Amino acid sequence: MNKIVSKENFSENVIKLEVEAPLIAKSRKAGHFVIVRVDEKGERIPLTIAAADVEKGTITLVVQKIGVTSIKLCSLNVGDEILDLVGPLGRATHIDKFGTVVCAGGGVGVAPLLPIVEAMKKAGNRVITILAARTKDLIILEEQMRKFSDEVIIMTDDGSSGRKGLVTNGIEEVAAREKVDCCVTIGPAIMMKFVSLLTKKLEIPTVASLNTIMVDGTGMCGACRVTVGGKTKFVCVDGPEFDAHQVDFDEMLMRLGAYKEEEKADMYKVGK
Amino acid sequence: MAEDRNVAWREELRKSLSNKERTALTRVKMNELEPAYRARVREEVNQGLTKEQALQESKRCLDCPNPTCTQGCPVGINIPGFIKNIERGEVLEAAKVLKETSALPAVCGRVCPQEKQCESQCIYKQKLKKEAVAIGYLERFAADYERESGQISVPEITCKNGIKVAVVGSGPAGLSFAGDMAKKGYSVTVFEALHEIGGVLKYGIPEFRLPNRIVDVEIDNLRKMGVDFVKDCIIGKTLSVEDLEKDGFKGIFVASGAGLPRFMNIPGENFIGIMSSNEYLTRVNLMDASNPEYDTPIYKGKRVAVIGGGNTAMDSVRTALRLGAERAMIVYRRSEDEMPARLEEVKHAKEEGVEFMTLHNPIEYFGDEKGRVTKMRLQKMQLGEPDASGRRSPVEIPGAVVDVDVDEVIVSVGVSPNPLVPNSVSGLNVSPKGTIVVNEGMQSSIPMIFAGGDIVRGGATVILAMGDGRAAAKAMDEYLKK
Repeated sequence: MNKIVSKENFSENVIKLEVEAPLIAKSRKAGHFVIVRVDEKGERIPLTIAAADVEKGTITLVVQKIGVTSIKLCSLNVGDEILDLVGPLGRATHIDKFGTVVCAGGGVGVAPLLPIVEAMKKAGNRVITILAARTKDLIILEEQMRKFSDEVIIMTDDGSSGRKGLVTNGIEEVAAREKVDCCVTIGPAIMMKFVSLLTKKLEIPTVASLNTIMVDGTGMCGACRVTVGGKTKFVCVDGPEFDAHQVDFDEMLMRLGAYKEEEKADMYKVGK
Repeated sequence: MAEDRNVAWREELRKSLSNKERTALTRVKMNELEPAYRARVREEVNQGLTKEQALQESKRCLDCPNPTCTQGCPVGINIPGFIKNIERGEVLEAAKVLKETSALPAVCGRVCPQEKQCESQCIYKQKLKKEAVAIGYLERFAADYERESGQISVPEITCKNGIKVAVVGSGPAGLSFAGDMAKKGYSVTVFEALHEIGGVLKYGIPEFRLPNRIVDVEIDNLRKMGVDFVKDCIIGKTLSVEDLEKDGFKGIFVASGAGLPRFMNIPGENFIGIMSSNEYLTRVNLMDASNPEYDTPIYKGKRVAVIGGGNTAMDSVRTALRLGAERAMIVYRRSEDEMPARLEEVKHAKEEGVEFMTLHNPIEYFGDEKGRVTKMRLQKMQLGEPDASGRRSPVEIPGAVVDVDVDEVIVSVGVSPNPLVPNSVSGLNVSPKGTIVVNEGMQSSIPMIFAGGDIVRGGATVILAMGDGRAAAKAMDEYLKK
């Protein structure tokens, strides 16, 4: 069960895992996530599905080494099994023919953006994909994105690849030259906050996929709650995608830090 | 039941002691750990009865010709039948009697509100104005005795009929249903969303009230009866109802529970350190977060307020003490008389040092610069006229507010049905509250789908869920045999 069939290092800290999960591969749609528990003592963490191969019966996860669980997960090798893998969870992305769609991804958020880019393209949209990272080595999935995008814009903080600047500079550039009907953004919360602020100003309807803390992932605990349009929503069952302009990103950023100290204290378990 | 009352040994047993002698005996007291000790450890608070205590207590039961106690039991346990077996010293037989109708006797003996069910209908209570026979303690004794004896009986299975039925959720309703259907000869598969079997018995009820190893033994017993369990599988997500049909399942029992925790929607409720009792208890019970070897983090508050007055609130506040809280408070908007928690839980909590702030209701939370909760503002209340629940309603006392320092708040004000299954099955009749609508036979608007427990009731007890499981098994059996 849940055997790792291939592993690829995107960069030192970002790993791609292809995992045997035939039922999930068959039922998942763009935007869905899974909950993973690595071992008996492990915690449950959500990871958005980056790709699936129904024939092979596999799903692809892209993981960044951040804390104990992600480091443990990245240390697994081909042939190893993930103890628990459950999904697909959350609501699928609303795919429609909008016209021109900007897909703006940052960091490992680019991975779950890939199936959305693909689905948006297949729905007949003009898709402009903007990939952002600190530096060249951290840009992932560029080739795959090009397959389904009419245009791919690369933005790096240091200018080592594509253009120097932030993801928001890329969006501004596109919006200045053509009408954008819809924007989808996935990445670090702080990035999505600034994308949202910009597209609100530009009046571009925007969807953000939120990556909050979860325990069960099935609506049971409420750890993932966020304020959307003044109302408390659960990311796991009401999301993970929401109208970005309604999301209280400051509260979300605050809540993401809930266990910072406990998480830091646990790093000895992975030799850090 | 009436026939076995007339067996020779029972008639003799009745004659061995007069009713006058029996009623002169006083009700046994549960052996408990000392409050000062137990409030800091995870050990089970109730230690059970000794064999001598159980024998003595079993003598109090008058073996009534028309036992009223059984009418108070949602799963219809043959109560005098098992108690008289204890009295004649055949405790393993007593355990067998329990298992005829209950898939989880060791669990029920611990967490059922017997005082509101079987024991409230006991003749001692009804006619003699005395304390009821301690049916719950005796049930627990018989189940524990059997488990510890190592001679665990597996209920008889009638000839396998080859018909496949699926159960969604492995909590008390699902397990009870699974046990009954296995006994009737069905091939039963239970699908569980989490990585552990047991539902609320595992993630919800704490170790000090219901140890996980007790639940595991009961689940193992179901395995021995041929029940299959599939973890990490969500019906409606991983597999659809159509997938199950294609796979040859002829009936589906949905017992997916009351997942969604309610919040009060008051200012500051999303500050860090404020969480649902579901989250708090899941972290501690299911994920073992307070054990440093486990990776799931938990915040161990020093001044912890638990909002609510139900059993889950009591479980949460007593857990907080065990995680090292210096001040553990129950904040409840009505008075103690209206509290839905079992008397025993309230008593235990008080003995352990929990503060009860009744007639107080939180109206706002405050946090520090990191967003961590530091203070709650409470509105003082008074009791007004009875409301729809029949309890006196809480009414605000204008201007009477008080601020209390806290560093952790557990919100335990109820749950809503889990929307995952109802949302994913088209054509299923769902109430505005999100519960699945069923008929008396627990059958939903889709004939092959039955439902029970909190997904139908919206938030009830373990034993009512188990009763639903039994009722659904009976009805589905009739439906499938048509």
